Amino acid sequence: MAEQQHILYPDFWVDKHSDYLFNFAIARVNNYDLAKDLVQETFFAGLKSAKNFEGKASERTWLVSILKRKIIDHYRKINSTKGKAEVKMNFYEDGENEGSWIEERVPQSWDNATEKSIENEELKQQLDYCISKLPEKYAMVFTMKTIQDFETEEICKELDITSSNLWVMIHRARTQLRKCMEDNWFKK
Amino acid sequence: MANKFFISCDEATTICDKSQYKEASFFEIIQLKLHFLFCKVCALYSKQNNFLSKLYKSKATNCKKQSICISAKEKEEIKKQLEHLKSELS
Repeated sequence: MAEQQHILYPDFWVDKHSDYLFNFAIARVNNYDLAKDLVQETFFAGLKSAKNFEGKASERTWLVSILKRKIIDHYRKINSTKGKAEVKMNFYEDGENEGSWIEERVPQSWDNATEKSIENEELKQQLDYCISKLPEKYAMVFTMKTIQDFETEEICKELDITSSNLWVMIHRARTQLRKCMEDNWFKK
Repeated sequence: MANKFFISCDEATTICDKSQYKEASFFEIIQLKLHFLFCKVCALYSKQNNFLSKLYKSKATNCKKQSICISAKEKEEIKKQLEHLKSELS
């Protein structure tokens, strides 16, 4: 039995694959415009390298593999110097207090009434605001893990990071989110 | 040996965050519980963390309900640019 050979039909890419690719991208980068740009870049790159397509994978699988590379390129870009400076520390990084809470960032008690307010619309908006305030790479990893429910292993593979690396980022994102929610919501 | 059991607040809260996804190891949980015995701040962090996890989960449920699409207008835009690129390539 001959193996099925796949053929590319670039004229139909936008109609057939753009929604799928867009949802794939937005689950990872959490930003409408950025996801759209990545999809567009994927089509462009696909068109440019169409002659290298061997027909072994389906058209969509092939496009997804290009998109995955675009996403990792984006992650590396935000992981470079720019991303590093923005992090607010919650713990002393060195000295005799290394690993202890920085005084002004020690968690404060919250108003207990907040326990009931999880379905509150304003609370949700506040959360979106706080997530948007995170440095982009922390927002990306946090969202993939917490909101999109990706497996740790999958995130590590897609972004080419180690699991301890991932947990440090999740930890920083969560401590920073906690502080932001405390300052803006729970201590009114 | 002592250091294996006595961890810093930074390490404790990292384990606490990990445990929110049920991915902390048994030994890490022991380290964490031990830390809580003498660190009330991290115990408070943990309590608040549970609340925040519920909040994140409710956001996740909302997010999954909606599938977002690129608008028809934007699709046409991408198509046009693809056509343009194609004529350039050939």
